[in-house]
Amino acid sequence: MKGVAITGMGIISSIGNSVEENYHSLIENKIGISRISNISTVHADVIKVGEIKKTNDDLIAELNLNSDNNFSRTAMIGTLAAKQAVENAGITSINEFRTGLISATSVGGMDMTEKHYYDYFEKPELVKYITCHDGGDVADKIAEELGLKGMVTTISTACSSAANAIMLGARLIKTGKLDRVIVGGADGLAKFTINGFKTLMILSDDYNKPFDNNRKGLNLGEAAAFLVLESDEIVEKQNKKVLARVSGYGNANDAFHQTASSENGDGAFLAMKKAFEVSGLKPSEIDYINVHGTATPNNDLSEGRALRRIYENETVPDFSSTKPFTGHTLAAAAAIEAVYSVLAIQNNVVYPNLNFETQMEEFDLTPQTSLKNKNIEYVLSNSFGFGGNCSTLIFSKS
Amino acid sequence: MKKTYINGVGCISTQKTFDTVFLEEAVVNHDENVLAIVPPAYKEYISPAASRRMAKGVKNGIVASALAMKDANVENVDAIITGTGLGCIEDSEKFLKSILDNKEEFLTPTSFIQSTHNTVGAQIALLQQCKGYNFTYVNGAVSFESALLDAKMQIEEEEANSILVGGVDENGEYTTALFKLNGRIKADNTAPYDVLTSTTSGAVYGEGASFFVLENERKESTYAELLDIAIVNTLAENEIEAEITSFLKSNNLEISDVDALVLGFDGNATFENYYKNLAENAFAQTPVLYYKHLCGEYDTASAFAFWMATKILKTQEIPEIIKVNSVSKSAYKTILLYNQLNGKNHSFTLLSK
Repeated sequence: MKGVAITGMGIISSIGNSVEENYHSLIENKIGISRISNISTVHADVIKVGEIKKTNDDLIAELNLNSDNNFSRTAMIGTLAAKQAVENAGITSINEFRTGLISATSVGGMDMTEKHYYDYFEKPELVKYITCHDGGDVADKIAEELGLKGMVTTISTACSSAANAIMLGARLIKTGKLDRVIVGGADGLAKFTINGFKTLMILSDDYNKPFDNNRKGLNLGEAAAFLVLESDEIVEKQNKKVLARVSGYGNANDAFHQTASSENGDGAFLAMKKAFEVSGLKPSEIDYINVHGTATPNNDLSEGRALRRIYENETVPDFSSTKPFTGHTLAAAAAIEAVYSVLAIQNNVVYPNLNFETQMEEFDLTPQTSLKNKNIEYVLSNSFGFGGNCSTLIFSKS
Repeated sequence: MKKTYINGVGCISTQKTFDTVFLEEAVVNHDENVLAIVPPAYKEYISPAASRRMAKGVKNGIVASALAMKDANVENVDAIITGTGLGCIEDSEKFLKSILDNKEEFLTPTSFIQSTHNTVGAQIALLQQCKGYNFTYVNGAVSFESALLDAKMQIEEEEANSILVGGVDENGEYTTALFKLNGRIKADNTAPYDVLTSTTSGAVYGEGASFFVLENERKESTYAELLDIAIVNTLAENEIEAEITSFLKSNNLEISDVDALVLGFDGNATFENYYKNLAENAFAQTPVLYYKHLCGEYDTASAFAFWMATKILKTQEIPEIIKVNSVSKSAYKTILLYNQLNGKNHSFTLLSK
């Protein structure tokens, strides 16, 4: 399969406010993991997070929102990233073609809900934030800011959400239902999520170490990223620059446990297998794997086993998790990692898997630990979530 | 390109819609502004021990999907696609309250685990050991239609032969109070609540779970063929008719070909012109139906309408209780569903016999 053209990208994360800033952080080992400052939480001195160092007021100013706006933090970072992507794709008339928006979220505008939950009945000026809670609110707001009137929807499959948004977007273009679609996801940090992961005991008190034998868990992060996918007809007609292509995708369910992955990584294995079938590629053709690699004991074991099963007796290609840079940005993770995958293809680099020291005892898999320059034609990116939701995307050179 | 058939249905709603032929036991509740589901006998589907731990939406989703699969006479499906506006909101409320009340201490993970929007789809997959494609859509009033559209694409592209598709939402006590505060739900103590004659904003709220088995072949259990779905985020009142005309045209149909139009009237006077204009003008000669007076308004209420339309196509009868006008037809072959919420998230769904 030739793949669906990616013509624009936008991103905001703890390692940068633009595609360029993110790329420079990745190649210069500038991590975004720090102590939390925008949310007051009793866990502040224990956890480390990938936080965007902008307050909500900073974001309101940047987006030029008026004082009666009811944007959640998630909606604001989502809008920033989506606007960058549209601009990067050189789109000036958003409804000129059949254009859609597919977003992804884990908890919608929970950041506002948790802040004002008990105050709504006392403070009428806060009532406007009640509707933010809705999972579709972020996408509705982005669409409004972009002036996009067509198809808008949102996917929520926990930490694989944005991969599924990209997958759906690619299918909508392939089947000719849309000419152009903006796909991605956004998730702001929230007390709700911090405490949820805390109760599951999968938060590390240190910097996360994916695929390390002594890994202690993940660092949460916040981010938003969007990509513009366009049909080949538009690309040809407008002589568009193609950054890379989405050439494979696969989705499967682990059907093992609500929050844990099976030891053999059935879901991950099936997702990768399907992505190879769709792309027509062989596993050996992949040059770089951006693993899900959350650094929880469970994920990395399951994902590693699945990789071993896919590659059987072959060597597993260079792989790394970029979560030591950004933290785990949940529903946005697959979107920011899609941007990183495209950048890896454009710049022919493999990013380092930071903090790795000791190989896991269960298998002989060692991630790439320093920046590596080599020709990159194909990148595979994994994303897995609660509920057994497993997704794989394959990106190729244009 | 393969066609998509609805071969099994299951509906848990604020009416008795299981163990019934259609809506023969339905009653309109004019007294309450929040309606609760009529619960099925959960123990026939879920062990009491498991049931105690499960969220309401999960239980209803499991029963509705089991009913649909039994109805379609299928043991397993290739994919599970769910739509939900707020997911298991009761568990979200519970976890959030315990965070706030206990200052982030003494928390247990159960309600957090259940609170994620994809819990219903995941639990059904777990129960059936379905390792196939599994998506959950969460975009307000088009959550269910997004799932339908995805399923139809899967079948057209031959990525799946049989798919379980559903819409599920549950009422949560605190969220309901918040919706009364912001006007989404009509004010307390303003009964009688009537959907068609209402002059106030807000809606009577409900909850429910409707699941369907979609397959690529017609069989004995077939209710209808799913012809097309369109989702449009933003449309003005005066753009609806043109949108419908072009949607029908792309399916080689005209307004006169539509044998029944199902509208999402929810008693919110502020936005009812989106429906009223159609009912009184372009579709004045068409049987016009409504349903939210029976199931209440909620993000996936349109899945109840979808259930209703499939039943009409199969039984060829329209119960009096859902008629907006007195127009009738000798046969019902093509049904169009239109829904929106607050002038946003419009969906158009086309079914044929």
